[in-house]
Amino acid sequence: MLELRNITKRFGDVLANDHVNIKVHEGTIHAIVGENGAGKSTAMRIAYGFYTADSGEILVDGQVRDIKSPHDAIALGIGMVHQHFMLVDTISVAENIVLGAEPGSSLALDLAAAATQIRHLSEEFKLAVNPHAIIEHLSVGQQQRVELLKALYRHARLLILDEPTAVLTPIEVEEFFAILRRMREQGKTVIIITHKLSEVLAISDEVTVMRDGKVVGHLKTADTNAAELARLMVGREVLLRVEKPEPHVGNTALQVRNLTVTGNDGGKRVDGVSFEVRRGEIVGIAGVEGNGQTELIEALAGLSDPTRVSGEIIFLGRDITRRGARLRREIGIAHIPEDRHRRGLLLEFTLAENSILGFHYRPPIVSYGDAFLDEEAIQKRANEIIHGFDVRPANPSLPARALSGGNQQKLIIGREFKVDPTLLLVSQPTRGVDIGAIEFIHRKLVGLRDAGCAVLLVSAELEEVTSLSDRLLVIHNGRIVGEVDPKVATVEEIGLLMTRGH
Amino acid sequence: MREIFTVSLIWSTVRLSTPLVLAALGGMFSERSGVINIALEGMMLAGAFTAAAVTYASSNPFLGLLAGIAAGVAISGIHAVACIRFKADQVVTGTALNILMIGVPGFLSGALFLSSGSTPQIPKEHLIPWTPILIALALVPITWYVLYKTPFGLRLRSVGENPEAADAAGVRVSHMRYWGVLLSGALAGIGGAYLSIGQSSLFTRNMTSGRGFIALAALIFGKWRPVQTMLACLLFGFTEAVSIQMQGVIKLPSGEDIPVQFIQMVPYVLTIVVLAGFIGSSRPPKALGIPYQKEK
Amino acid sequence: MKLLRQLLFPFIAVLAAFAVGAILILIVGDSPLETYRLMFGSALSWPDGIGYTLFYATPLIFTGLAVLVAFRCGLLNIGAEGQLYVAAFAAAWVGITFAQRSGWILIPLCFIAAILAGGAWGAIPGVLKARFGSHEVINTIMLNFVAVALISYLTQYHYRIPGDPIMETAPIGAGAYIPRLGKFIPGLPERIPLNAAFLLALLCCLLVYLFLWRTKWGYELRATGSNASAAEYGGVSVRKQIVIAMTISGALAGMVGINEVLGYRHRYYDGFSDNYGFTGIAVALLGRNHPVGVLISAFLFAILQRGGIPVDAFTEHVTKDIVQILQGTIILFVAAEAFFGETFQRLGFFKGSKV
Repeated sequence: MLELRNITKRFGDVLANDHVNIKVHEGTIHAIVGENGAGKSTAMRIAYGFYTADSGEILVDGQVRDIKSPHDAIALGIGMVHQHFMLVDTISVAENIVLGAEPGSSLALDLAAAATQIRHLSEEFKLAVNPHAIIEHLSVGQQQRVELLKALYRHARLLILDEPTAVLTPIEVEEFFAILRRMREQGKTVIIITHKLSEVLAISDEVTVMRDGKVVGHLKTADTNAAELARLMVGREVLLRVEKPEPHVGNTALQVRNLTVTGNDGGKRVDGVSFEVRRGEIVGIAGVEGNGQTELIEALAGLSDPTRVSGEIIFLGRDITRRGARLRREIGIAHIPEDRHRRGLLLEFTLAENSILGFHYRPPIVSYGDAFLDEEAIQKRANEIIHGFDVRPANPSLPARALSGGNQQKLIIGREFKVDPTLLLVSQPTRGVDIGAIEFIHRKLVGLRDAGCAVLLVSAELEEVTSLSDRLLVIHNGRIVGEVDPKVATVEEIGLLMTRGH
Repeated sequence: MREIFTVSLIWSTVRLSTPLVLAALGGMFSERSGVINIALEGMMLAGAFTAAAVTYASSNPFLGLLAGIAAGVAISGIHAVACIRFKADQVVTGTALNILMIGVPGFLSGALFLSSGSTPQIPKEHLIPWTPILIALALVPITWYVLYKTPFGLRLRSVGENPEAADAAGVRVSHMRYWGVLLSGALAGIGGAYLSIGQSSLFTRNMTSGRGFIALAALIFGKWRPVQTMLACLLFGFTEAVSIQMQGVIKLPSGEDIPVQFIQMVPYVLTIVVLAGFIGSSRPPKALGIPYQKEK
Repeated sequence: MKLLRQLLFPFIAVLAAFAVGAILILIVGDSPLETYRLMFGSALSWPDGIGYTLFYATPLIFTGLAVLVAFRCGLLNIGAEGQLYVAAFAAAWVGITFAQRSGWILIPLCFIAAILAGGAWGAIPGVLKARFGSHEVINTIMLNFVAVALISYLTQYHYRIPGDPIMETAPIGAGAYIPRLGKFIPGLPERIPLNAAFLLALLCCLLVYLFLWRTKWGYELRATGSNASAAEYGGVSVRKQIVIAMTISGALAGMVGINEVLGYRHRYYDGFSDNYGFTGIAVALLGRNHPVGVLISAFLFAILQRGGIPVDAFTEHVTKDIVQILQGTIILFVAAEAFFGETFQRLGFFKGSKV
C-alpha cells in the first residue's frame, strides 16, 4: 500500500535517512522500530508531506506520487498522528476534527452534521468520545482517540502513528491495541513508530528496524523475538570498551531514596527511584530517551519544581531535597546538562562570560568588595578552560553561538570540571559532538573519576554508557529496572531492559 | 441613590461605551488570532481624523465613516506586515504606531486646514450620532456568531491558540492573522470615527485620550470573549459617565465627595487585578505575541 | 567590525525615517532640505539650541536607561511614564513638606524620594509578573493611568495653592533647588533650564554600564534576559531578577523627576511629561539597549524635539508633528529589522554574509 524507495534526507550535517526502503502491505499493522534519532519519524514525515526527501520515491498503491504537503498526503488517504498531539485545547472535539475541512457553508459551521459523522466513526472503530467535550478536559487516551478520528474523518486508509503509546497508561495501551485491531478488521493499514519492543511483538504483523538513518531489517513479527529486534535496534554484538583503570571507590557521595517526580499531567516521570553513587566511580544510567532520565537529573540538580518532587536526595550525608540549584553548586555538585543550548550556555554571551556561569558571584571571579567582576580572573579562567579542554577557536571574546556543538560542549565540561566537584551529573555528554571530541570528553570523565569525584552519567548511547560506567543501571518508564555489570553484560540483555523493562 | 440611575446617565454610558465596544471587539479579532494589538489607540485616531476630514470635505458622513474604516485598516496593515511578515516585536510596533498617530493627524490637518491639529467644525446635519451606536450594538452578536459559529471563526481561534496544529490541519496561519489584524483596524476606525463625527463635530488633537488602552483593558477584563468584553466596556463607560456627571452626588460616609480621579482609576485597577488571576483565570490566547515560524 | 555593524543598522533606520519624513514634507509643499536644516541648525546653535537640546535630552536619557535595564532582563517596561510621574510628585512632596530644611538635607531627601517612588512603581508590575506571571506590558500601561490619576488627585486636593488655576503643587523649598549649568559654564545663560540633573544623567549612564557589565548582579540580570533557563541552571533566581530589574528601571525613570522638580519648575506641574516614557522606548531601541547608544539616541531625539519648534513656526506647512512622525517611523524601522535585511539582500548588498 505504501512504499518508500531509496529515500534520502539530510538536515544540515546530519543524514537522517540514508537510502531508506520500506514496504508496507495493505491491511496490516506495521511497526517501525529504532532508537531515538534512528530516522523513523523523519521517514514517515516525508511520507506525510511534512518534509520533502532529497532523493528517492514514494509509491502509494503501486504508483509513484509526489507528496509535497500534508494536503497531498491526506488526498491520497494517508493520515498521521504525531507524538505531540496537534490539538487546540480550548475548543471541542468536533471543532478540532473538522478544522480545515469544515462542513456547512462559510456562513454557518454545521457542527451538528460533524457530530453525527463523528459518532458514526466512533461506533465503527470503537473510538468512544463525546464530540462536544473540550479537549483540555479529556484524558490523554481520549485525546489520542480524537487524533485518530481526525485522520479517519478525512477518509484516511493508511494511518501513521508516531510513538502512540508514549503517554498512555498500561490500561489505555490495551484499549489502544483493541482499536488498532478493529481498524485492521475494517481494512485500514496502520504504521506505528515505536521503540517499545513489547508492543511491537503484541500488535504488529510486520516490523522494519532502523538504525542511524538506515533500514537494518525487515521481518515478519511472528518470525522474530525481542532479543533479535533489540540487537538490530541497538548495535553491534560486541561493544567497544574504553581503556580505563580500576576504580578506587570511596565513600558515598549521593544517595537517592524513593525519588518520585510528577509531571504536569499528574503522571510519574520518575517513579520511586533509589540508588547510590560513591566517590571514585562512574554510575551510568542507560535507557531510551523519554523514560525519566531528564527529569531525574533535573531533580538532582535542583532545577525541578519542588512541589513535584518527593523522596530524598542526600549528598554527603546532608538532605538537599528541598534546596535550590545555587546551594547544590556551592556544596560541590556540578552539572553538564543534556540540552546545552537551553540550559548550558548563554549563546549571545562570550566564551569568557559563559565560563563563569554558576560561579559568577564568588571569588576569585568577584573582587573589589564582593561586587565587581574581576576581568583578569575571568580571562584567566576562561583561558585555562579553553586550553585545558581544547576549545576551538581559542578566543574567549567570541560569542558562544559561534562555536560548533563539540566545542560548546567542551567549554561546558571544562567549566564544570574547573570547580573540582564532588559529584558530577552529566547527561548526553557527547550528543552532536564530533568523534575526536568524543574521545577527549570520555578521557576527561574517567580522569575526573580517578581524582575522586562521583559521576552520574546518563546517556542514550549504549556504547558510551557501557564503556564508561563502573556500574550500570537501566531505566524504563521512570523506574530503575535493573543493574548490570557493564564489563560482562551483553547488548541483548541491556537492550531488553531498556525497551521492555524486564 | 435614585439620582444615580437617571436616564441621562444611562444615555451617557451608552455614548461613552460605544467607541470602547468597537475598538475592543476589533482588538479581539487581532488578539484571538495571536497578534498583540496595543495600537488600538493609534488606529482610532486615524479613523477619527480621516472621518472628520473626509466628512468635512464631502459633506457626507457615511463617506467619512468609510474613510475612517479605510484609515484604520491602513494603519493596521502596517502593523500586520511588520508583525506577521517581518516578525517584528508586536508591542514595539504597536507603540511606534501610537507615537506616529500622535503626529500624523496634526501634520495633515496643518497642511490641509492650516490648523494646529483640529479639523474644521462640521455642521450638525452631517453628523452620524446614531449609526455607530447601532453598529456597535449589532456587532456584539455578529462577532459572537462569527467567532463561534463559522469556519472562519474556528480557524481564527485555532491560529491564536495553536498555530502548529492549525497549520497541520491545512489552515493558512498568516492569512488568518492578516484578517484578524485588519479587522481590528476596521473596527477601531469606526470607533474613532464615532468620536469625531458622531459624538462631537470635529477632530481635535489626541481626542481619543487613552480610550484605545481602555478598550484593550476591557478586552482583557472580558477575557477575550465578545459578550464579556461588551459588559466590560459598559462598566468602563459607566465609570467614565459617573466621573463626569456624578461629581458631588456620591459621597463617602464622611460626607466628602469621592474625588473623580478614583473613579477614573477603576477600569485600570480592575484590569490589573483580573490579569493577576484574582477574579477567575484570565488566560490569553496561547500563541498571543509569538510570531509563527514554519519548521521545514 | 561587529561594532560597526551594530551602529550601521540604527543609522540606516534613522536615514530611512528622514527619507520618509522628506517625502511627507514634499507632499505638503515645503522643502525637506530647508526643514531639516532649520531643525538641526536651531537645535545645535549656541547657546540656546544646545542648551535646550541637552535639557530635553536629560529625561530621555533617564527613561532610555530605564527601558534598557528592563529589556536586558527580557522585560518590556512601558510604564516609565507612570513611574516618572510618581517619582516627580514624591520629590515635590518632600520638597514642600520639609521646605524649611537646608539644601544639605533636602536635596538628598528629595533624591531618595524620587528613586524610591519610581522604584516602587516599577516593582509592582515586577512582582505581579514574578509571582502571578501576568504580563508586564499590560500592567505597566494600566499603572501609567493609575499613576496619573492618583497624582492628579493628590495635586488637586492636597497640594495645590488655593486659588491657583493651574494644576500644580505649591513650590518646593528653596533649599531643594539644584543649580542650572549656566552657573558654571561661561557663555551659557542661566535662563536655560539645563541643570545639574543632566550631569546626573551622564553619571547614570556610567553607573548602568558598570552595573550591567561589571558587577555580578548585572551579570545575573543580563543572563536572565538572555536565557532564563540557563540562568536558572547557573543558580540564578529568575523571579528575583525580574523584580530587581523592574525596580531599578522604575528608579531610573524616576530620576526624571529630579530634572523637572528640583532643576526646572521647582514644583510638581501636572502633565509635565512630553511622552518621555514612550519616547524612552524608542531611545533604548535605537540605542541597541546600550548606555552609549542611549546617550546618542537621546541626543538625536532631543534635537528633533527642540528643532521641531522653529520648524513649526518658520515653515509654511510643516508642523511640530513632524517630530512624532519621525520618531514613530524610526521605531518602526528599527523594530522591523528583518525588512532591511531582506531588502538589502535582494538589492545585492551583504552578499554572502548573514546580516
